Amino acid sequence: MVIYGVALLSICMLIGVFLGDLLGGLVGVSANVGGVGIGMLLLVLLVDKLRKKKRLNEQSQEGLQFWSSIYIPVVVAMAAQQNVVAALDGGPLALLAGLFATIVSFALVPLLTKIGNDNTNFPEDEIQLKEAK
Amino acid sequence: MVEMLTGVLEKNGLVTAFALVGITMYLSYIISNKLTKGRIHGSAIAIILGLVLAYFGGIHTGGEKGLADISIFAGIGLMGGGMLRDLAIIATAFGVRLEEVKKAGLNGIIALFVGVFSSFLVGVIVALSFGYTDAASLTTIGAGATTYIVGPVTGAAVGASSEVIALSIAAGLIKAILIMVATPFVAKYIGLNNPRAAVVYGGLMGSTSGVAGGLAATDPKLVPYGQ
Repeated sequence: MVIYGVALLSICMLIGVFLGDLLGGLVGVSANVGGVGIGMLLLVLLVDKLRKKKRLNEQSQEGLQFWSSIYIPVVVAMAAQQNVVAALDGGPLALLAGLFATIVSFALVPLLTKIGNDNTNFPEDEIQLKEAK
Repeated sequence: MVEMLTGVLEKNGLVTAFALVGITMYLSYIISNKLTKGRIHGSAIAIILGLVLAYFGGIHTGGEKGLADISIFAGIGLMGGGMLRDLAIIATAFGVRLEEVKKAGLNGIIALFVGVFSSFLVGVIVALSFGYTDAASLTTIGAGATTYIVGPVTGAAVGASSEVIALSIAAGLIKAILIMVATPFVAKYIGLNNPRAAVVYGGLMGSTSGVAGGLAATDPKLVPYGQ
């Protein structure tokens, strides 16, 4: 059933967020640390296991696929509720700080990607995630 | 009539949001195909349109949540809020190859630390050049340049002025918006076309919303690796 996939996803998220909160408490910040990442890792591991045991049927996978492809629309909705006015009102200091921080971060991407790089080009078909439509 | 219609839209906020975002994306893909011949990805245009809507929403209401502050569009707040965003992000992990994540793990961790440090440093330098010299202000603006969530938390912790805290949020917001808009254009120059680069990029940028939008607009296949 479709709901099995959605429930699996939801449980992974809840566990991830809970562990993220715990982790945040441990390092002394009142925020969620890595909750989403933990949730993703859990999902990857569980799906991997269930697939090998053939316990994840087509319909359950559809429940996961749906939420995976609704991702971009959710991001568009997220963009539509950003405080763009405040960002632009911050004046030159905020603008420059944000701009330079972004440029420096972009520039560092190729440098850090090279560290420990044995095979730069992953064949396209190795990435199995279906293109979100 | 009009009141009845707005009543329906308000009562069914989340459904209104689905309809609105669907229409926005439809228009964006038309613009992408017709005006840019597909060179600028439809989702990049949709995100930019979203930000433009947020701007007008903010001007119209004077609120902090862009379009979501207009009552008939309040559902946008739920649809684009943290809960559904995180659920959808985690769902993108469906189909990811575990080996790729393992291979890029170390790069990702290094990138996270370098990213936080370099953005912080940039924020501090810019703040210094604008005449701020006290440690509290410098720290707050530096933290804001890292991400707009950390800025105000840090500011409150070290006792910075509200003006400085507002600046730090603005700096972080500018960064998040720039990342969303600029990523698809710079992707090919920084080699952002494989999972390893996506992991590094996600670690360096340090802005969940920026990275989420930026990767979605560049190549949806890379999204799960960036978080």
